[in-house]
Amino acid sequence: MSKLATELPAGPRVRLVLGSDDWFMRGFIALIVLYLFVALALPLYAMLSKSISTFRMDLTQFQFQVSDETGFFSGDILSADELNAAVGAYSEQELNVGSGGRLSATAFFPDFSFRSPVKYRVRGVDDSAVFLLGSERRTGPSWVELDSNQFRRVVLRPVTSVGLDNFKRYFSTPSLVQSIKNSLFIAAISTVITVLLAFCFAYALNRSCMRFKGVFRLIAMAPILVPSLLPGIALVYLFGNQGLLKAVMAGESIYGPYGIIAGSVFFTFPHAMLIITTALAISDARLYEAALSLRTSRWKTFWTITIPGARYGLISAAFVVFNLVITDFGLPKVIGGQYNVLAVDIYKQVIGQQNFEMGAVVSVVLLIPAMLAFGIDRIVQRRQVALLSARSVVYQPSSSRIFDRFCLLYCSLIAIFILGILGICQFAALVKFWPYDLSLSLRNYAFNRMDGGGWAAYRNSIELAGLTAFFGTVIVFTGAYMVEKTQGFKGGRTLFQFLAMLPMAIPGMVLGLAYIFFFNDPDNPLNFLYGTMAILVLCTVTHFYTVSHLTAVTALKQMDNEFESVNASLKQPFYKLFARVSVPVCLPAILDISIYLFVNAMTTVSAVVFLYSTSTALASVAVLNMDDAGDVAPAAAMGMMIFYTNVAARIVHAGLSRGVLRRTQVWRHH
Amino acid sequence: MLRTDDENPAFLKINALWKAFGDFLALKDISLEVAEGEFVCFLGPSGCGKTTLLRAIAGLDPQTRGTIEQSSRDISNLPPAQRDYGIVFQSYALFPNLSIRRNVAYGLENAGHSRSKIDARVDELLQLVDLPEQGNKYPAQLSGGQQQRIALARAIATKPGLLLLDEPLSALDARVRVSLRHQIKELQRKLGVTTVMVTHDQEEGLSMADRIVVMNHGRIEQVGTPIQIYRDPDTLFVADFIGEMNQVQGVAETADRVRIGEVSFNCQSHGFSPDEKVLATVRPEDIVPIERDHSDQADPADQGVEVHIGDMEFLGSYWKARLDSPRLSGSLNANLSMNAVRRMELSVGSHLQVRLPSDRLKLFANPSAVT
Repeated sequence: MSKLATELPAGPRVRLVLGSDDWFMRGFIALIVLYLFVALALPLYAMLSKSISTFRMDLTQFQFQVSDETGFFSGDILSADELNAAVGAYSEQELNVGSGGRLSATAFFPDFSFRSPVKYRVRGVDDSAVFLLGSERRTGPSWVELDSNQFRRVVLRPVTSVGLDNFKRYFSTPSLVQSIKNSLFIAAISTVITVLLAFCFAYALNRSCMRFKGVFRLIAMAPILVPSLLPGIALVYLFGNQGLLKAVMAGESIYGPYGIIAGSVFFTFPHAMLIITTALAISDARLYEAALSLRTSRWKTFWTITIPGARYGLISAAFVVFNLVITDFGLPKVIGGQYNVLAVDIYKQVIGQQNFEMGAVVSVVLLIPAMLAFGIDRIVQRRQVALLSARSVVYQPSSSRIFDRFCLLYCSLIAIFILGILGICQFAALVKFWPYDLSLSLRNYAFNRMDGGGWAAYRNSIELAGLTAFFGTVIVFTGAYMVEKTQGFKGGRTLFQFLAMLPMAIPGMVLGLAYIFFFNDPDNPLNFLYGTMAILVLCTVTHFYTVSHLTAVTALKQMDNEFESVNASLKQPFYKLFARVSVPVCLPAILDISIYLFVNAMTTVSAVVFLYSTSTALASVAVLNMDDAGDVAPAAAMGMMIFYTNVAARIVHAGLSRGVLRRTQVWRHH
Repeated sequence: MLRTDDENPAFLKINALWKAFGDFLALKDISLEVAEGEFVCFLGPSGCGKTTLLRAIAGLDPQTRGTIEQSSRDISNLPPAQRDYGIVFQSYALFPNLSIRRNVAYGLENAGHSRSKIDARVDELLQLVDLPEQGNKYPAQLSGGQQQRIALARAIATKPGLLLLDEPLSALDARVRVSLRHQIKELQRKLGVTTVMVTHDQEEGLSMADRIVVMNHGRIEQVGTPIQIYRDPDTLFVADFIGEMNQVQGVAETADRVRIGEVSFNCQSHGFSPDEKVLATVRPEDIVPIERDHSDQADPADQGVEVHIGDMEFLGSYWKARLDSPRLSGSLNANLSMNAVRRMELSVGSHLQVRLPSDRLKLFANPSAVT
């Protein structure tokens, strides 16, 4: 044993009496853990168990007795299996049912008549056999005696078993397996292109002295403010069958990999650019001075200092982009055509074919690359943070005319691409009939005349975004505070931290489907949430929990850990410190969390597409549905409404941040 | 000197304290008593357990085993809020978004005091820490030393029975540190509050504390007044850690004699058996140069020994000299006063006689000796 056992005197460990504050904070952590369990862990569990549940009619499980016309039973026992073999009531295919499979028992008795005086007895051979008498569930090996009128209502149910049959069926269906290859291909190509473009953009912003840097930065962030399917619509207008630039495609169709990749580059660009900019910004100017003093060429300096310094940022950006693309649903739905990818397969299986088990299987398949990409990104980010803590001198670019001009040209091209996509959507939304009648009109804004939910959907989206921003910020920040500042209670805190990181690894489609399985189960006491705005808020907060949580944790970590000690020594309750110091000091981060949640709630499609009801239709889903119904211009119009709403929200956020900073954070400016 | 006895029971009583972090023992069997009004300093190198002990007393990181009593009340398992202390941290931990006044008033609120009473108390405290004009500023507008004084005012605002200072001066400039040292000591004397301070800076400990607790590897090495600790270290670690100490190999002779190299000296009486290998220690400032005018020949009873100066370093108020001596088979560092150097015209290479006073020559077991 260790020296601990030999030196430390025996006896109980000293444990502090818990004060009311401790109990409150632990209670709160337990509450949020419970929340994450209900909103995340249990639905995922329901989905996983669904993916391995198979249903099959097992006729050997059911037995019958038939009486003569006087009601006398001879005692002969007939197996349903043998009866079926004899009369051929059901084919093998009919026996291979889903979870909802029901077989009428009368089909085994061709001479059955509900008016006859013949009586029937029915039973299962064991407790696993289930049959319905009307809507009443019966099970077990005791005989149930019925007259023929009652017997008519007997329905046999399939047995549930646990196994990998669903997966076997999935992997033996070539059209489904093809989607794995397609998804990986699209994600890989989009990742390479996006990271390359974003790196050059970030490099120009960081290392050149070109003009309009602020403008470029703003434009580069714009794609975050629109649903991922909007670039798809724009690409259809540009390169589709009636596109302005159809000739560029040289006979190739934009519907398919080209469109998905181009759109993916658009909507993942800001994410990659942000990460790489951060990585470039932390590099140490002294390394460059040393290189210069050693007369190292610019080219060599780039490969020996710049790239290695930014390597974690590049890797991290790559995995983030990969994850975004492979889990995205809106874009391939709009522009994928016949080119199937995993996220769309989930939708098709569930919404199109009502095959929930297969939807769950595709979800599990999609979870694997998403989880891997997430895991690698986390490891890499941790290393990047380690680099950050080293003391470094900020690099100041020196101006070079040719290089600066080149950067300006490059950034302008990217800006034109981004603004072009947005502009074409806005233009298409405003013209009467693309491309034949380009006169301006507002008729595409008459959403109430289209399917998709109309203007009510837009209002619902704003309500969802507002509620998500409010409740999400409260839950996330308070939760992060408790988990960061509580003493002891290690088990609870570890569990919390794990659950808080999990949502980022879960694709929205998977989360949404998991919610169906969990909340739509009539046995679930939370079933009443299904179809309400509350479940949309719950789902959206959970979907975007991780990034919000990390933002809060980062802000909280920057606060002196001894505040809590001082507060306790002055005998003040923890909530006083929380309200008077922690919240005001972290207000900028709190506002950042709320705008992040607002914007994402406005644009998200993937999780909520399974959960909205007619009374809670959403703008982002309306874009999808209107596009699906052929109302492409109104879809573009609605997409741009989301964009303007997010721009307005961002402006309000910027104004609030500035005002709040000026008023409550006077201490920062002195 | 404040001592605890039956008449004057210990204010803070720490009994057989152990602290384990996983497999690592940060505190090993710590027992200590602190009298009321006493200023005690935990001193030791980093990782010695001094901060762990302070945090156990504060209830911020409770001990694994053992008990703590404060004012005859067992506080061993009370949470921080139910103990009675004020605390000051190295980082000041002032609330950045609250004004100085609100920081100081923080602990006075919610205690049933009227607004005017709180205001009066805050004024009094700001006066006490000598910053009466700064009340409406924010912490970031004050210098480090000023911030630490505000942290002190906040800690004593509620008149706690015990004041805990966790390296309060370590984040400050050397000059500010010295002046704040006096201020804190003076304030403590004026208020008479029992104070425990953690520091790794021996000068801080020696100048401020009534008693010093020297710690090493989670154990208490020695407890005593600064003078006791400095003049009469119990262990080689204390001798080495506090101040500077020459350590030379020697061999014990009789009960109060030691042989260093070829020379035999009187020393403090020791418990070593004859011929046992020991380390003889003497502080550089205790080595006395013998001026030729007064004593022309070396006299063994004088504890004198012939040396020459191998190297000299000017340190402002004195010279540090390396004294080499083939007869000692080693060298000693000595602090020579400016006067002595000038009078005796000493320079590198000079030969002189120095005396090692017997009461300043102390023997310790030689840790490297093979027994």
